[in-house]
Amino acid sequence: MGVKKFVVGNFYDEAVLFPAVKKVRRAGYKIHDVFTPFPIHGLDKAMGLKDTSLHVAGFIYGITGTMTALGFITWALTVDWQINFGGKPFFSLPAWIPITFELTVLFAAVGMVLTFCWLCQLAPFVKKDHFNPRSTDDTFVMALECTSKTNEAEAIAFLKDAGAQDVSVQYRETGWWLGRYDKETIRFQKKVEAAH
Amino acid sequence: MSLLRYESQVRPPLVDGNKDYHQVTEDICRPVETKPTFSWWVGFIISVGLLIFGIISVTMEVMYGTGQWNLGKTIGWGWDITNFVWWVGIGHAGTLISAILLLFRQGWRTGVNRAAEAMTIFAVMCAGQFPIWHMGRVWDAFFVLPYPNTRGPLWVNFNSPLLWDVFAISTYFTVSLLFWYSGLIPDLATLRDRAKLKWSKMFYGVAAFGWTGSTKHWQRHEALSLVLAGLSTPLVLSVHTIVSFDFATSVIPGWHTTIFPPYFVAGAIFSGFAMVQTLLLVTRKVLGLQDYITIEHIEVMNKVIVLTGSIVGIAYLTELFIAWYGANEYEGFAFFENRLNLSSPYAWSYYLMMGCNVLSPQVFWSKKLRRNLLLTFFMSVLVNIGMWFERFVIIVTSIYRDFLPSSWSTYYTPTIWEIGFYLGTFGLFFTCYFLFAKFFPVIAVAEIKHILKRSGENYKENMAAVEKESLGDFDHHHLHEH
Repeated sequence: MGVKKFVVGNFYDEAVLFPAVKKVRRAGYKIHDVFTPFPIHGLDKAMGLKDTSLHVAGFIYGITGTMTALGFITWALTVDWQINFGGKPFFSLPAWIPITFELTVLFAAVGMVLTFCWLCQLAPFVKKDHFNPRSTDDTFVMALECTSKTNEAEAIAFLKDAGAQDVSVQYRETGWWLGRYDKETIRFQKKVEAAH
Repeated sequence: MSLLRYESQVRPPLVDGNKDYHQVTEDICRPVETKPTFSWWVGFIISVGLLIFGIISVTMEVMYGTGQWNLGKTIGWGWDITNFVWWVGIGHAGTLISAILLLFRQGWRTGVNRAAEAMTIFAVMCAGQFPIWHMGRVWDAFFVLPYPNTRGPLWVNFNSPLLWDVFAISTYFTVSLLFWYSGLIPDLATLRDRAKLKWSKMFYGVAAFGWTGSTKHWQRHEALSLVLAGLSTPLVLSVHTIVSFDFATSVIPGWHTTIFPPYFVAGAIFSGFAMVQTLLLVTRKVLGLQDYITIEHIEVMNKVIVLTGSIVGIAYLTELFIAWYGANEYEGFAFFENRLNLSSPYAWSYYLMMGCNVLSPQVFWSKKLRRNLLLTFFMSVLVNIGMWFERFVIIVTSIYRDFLPSSWSTYYTPTIWEIGFYLGTFGLFFTCYFLFAKFFPVIAVAEIKHILKRSGENYKENMAAVEKESLGDFDHHHLHEH
C-alpha cells in the first residue's frame, strides 16, 4: 500500500519478454509484477512465483459440500423425521448420491471463485492503479520496484538493453481502493504531495 | 507435456488472416464499441415482443391455474416439461465446449466457447421457468428448498428425482455462471481500458472487478479455470442424467428404461451443438467474425453433431429392441402401438423425430456438406426441431394412454397460453443473447491471443518449407518406400 516508485518497461513480444525476465532477475532487480493481456505459460516460473494452492482450497470446499449434504440428509431422514417409503431403510445412501455430488461441486466452485476474488482482490467497484492501459490489449508491462539502493538510470538502461521499449519512471499507488473508472478518485499520492 | 502440446503438421491455424494481438482486440471489441445496427434492433424488438407474450401467458396461468393448459387426465406433463427438457438439453453444449474440450486441450474451443457458455446460461434460465410455473401455486415454490419450517420441520424428500433435479439445475446454473463470468473478467478489463464514453468506463470498470493482468493473478486464474473445468465435466453429465432420472426411475412404460441417462446426455450435446451452430452462423456473419469462427470450427462442430446424432439413433434402436426382447406387454404397447404404429395418433411425431435426429445428420459424413454454411444452418434448426419432438414423444406418447383404457386422453393439443409460454422463453433467450452480443465480447479475447501464435505454427513453417522445395526434393522427403 502507498505510493512507490517504479521503472516500467513495455514489451511487445513474449519471445523477448521471457529472456528479459530472466536477465532482470539475474541482475538482482526486484520485479514488482509483469502485466500481460493473456496468460503466458511458464512466466510465473520464470519470475520465481510459487505455485498457487487454490486447487487445495477447492478440494477442501468440495469435501465440505460432501459432508454437508451427507450429514444433513442423514440427520433429516434418519433422526429428525423418519418417513417410511415402502419399507425401505431410512438410511438409503444410493438415493442421496445425486444431491451429495451436486453440493460437492457447488461448494467447490463457489468457494474457489470467492477465494480467487479474495486473493486477487477482485470485486465490483474495486479500482487499482495501472502502469499502462494497453497491458490488457497487446503490451507486456514489466514494473521494477525502486528501492533506496536502485540506480534509476542504470535500471532504465538495463531494461532497454533487455528489449523493453518506452521505459519510464512512474509513481504508482499499489493495492486497491473503492472507486469508479469514470471518475478520478483522489489517491494517496496527491495527499503525500500536499503534505510536503 | 510435449505430448499434450503436440500439434499435427497438417492442422491449419485456428485464426485466419495474419493478425497481431492488437488486431484481435480491435476485431472482437468493435461490435461492442459501435452503435447497434438496424438488424440488431429488429431482432431485439421481436425478442422483447415474444418475451412480453410469454409474460402474458404465464400471468394467465398464474391467475387461472394450470387449467389454462390442455393437460388431460393422463397427460400431467405436456408441452411445459417437453420444453423444460429441451432447453436444459440445449444448455449442455456451452459447458461441454468450455470444460470437456479444455481438459482435452482442444484449441478450437477458444473461438466459440464464450458465446456457447452464454447460450448455456440463457438456456438454463429458460428451462428453469417451466417446472417453476408448472407448480401452479408458484408462490409456494420455495417449498422445494430444505429450510427449517413450521410444518414439523418437514423436510423435502431427498429420495425423489424431482428434488435431485432442483439441486442439479440450480448447481449447474450457478457453476456455469461462475465459469462464464470468471472467464469474462479479463476481457471486460480490456473493454474498460479502451472505453471512451463515461457510461462504458463506469460499466466495464465495475464489471471487470479491477482486473490488472498481473502474472500472479493469471496463474490463479488458470488454476481456477482448470479446476472449474474438471468440476463441470462430471457436472454436465450429471445434470442431464438426473433429468433423465425424472423419467427413468418411474414405473411408466416407455420411461423406466436404464438406457435413459447416456441417451439423454448424448441427445443434450447433440441439440446443444445444433443451437450453437444456429447462433454462431448468424453471429459471425453479422459481427464480421469469420476469421475467428472459421469454417474449420463449423466443420468440427458438425462432426460432433453427426457423432452424437448417431449415438442417439443407436439409443432409439436399442430401446425398440429391448421393448421387443424384454417381452413386457406394457412396454411393447408403448413402443409398438403408441409410437411405431402408423395409425396411432402420435406416430407422426415419432417418425418426425427419427427423420430429423437420426437420418438427416448423416449428410455430415460428407466433408463438402459439413463445410456448407447454408446447409449447416438448415440442419441445425432441423436437429432442434427433432430434439423437441424426441422429448414430446417420450413424454406424451408414454402417458396419453395409461393402464386403463377408460381414462385414455383425447388427442392432446396445446392451448394458446402453452404456446405463448414456449414462445416467451424464446423471447427471454434471444433478448438475453442480443444484449450479450451488444455489451460483451462474444469471443474470448484473452484466450484467442493465447492460442494466436501457437496455433498453426507447424503448419505455417511446413507449408513455407514445402513451397520452397523443388518437386524432386518433395518426392524424396514425403514418399517413403516400405
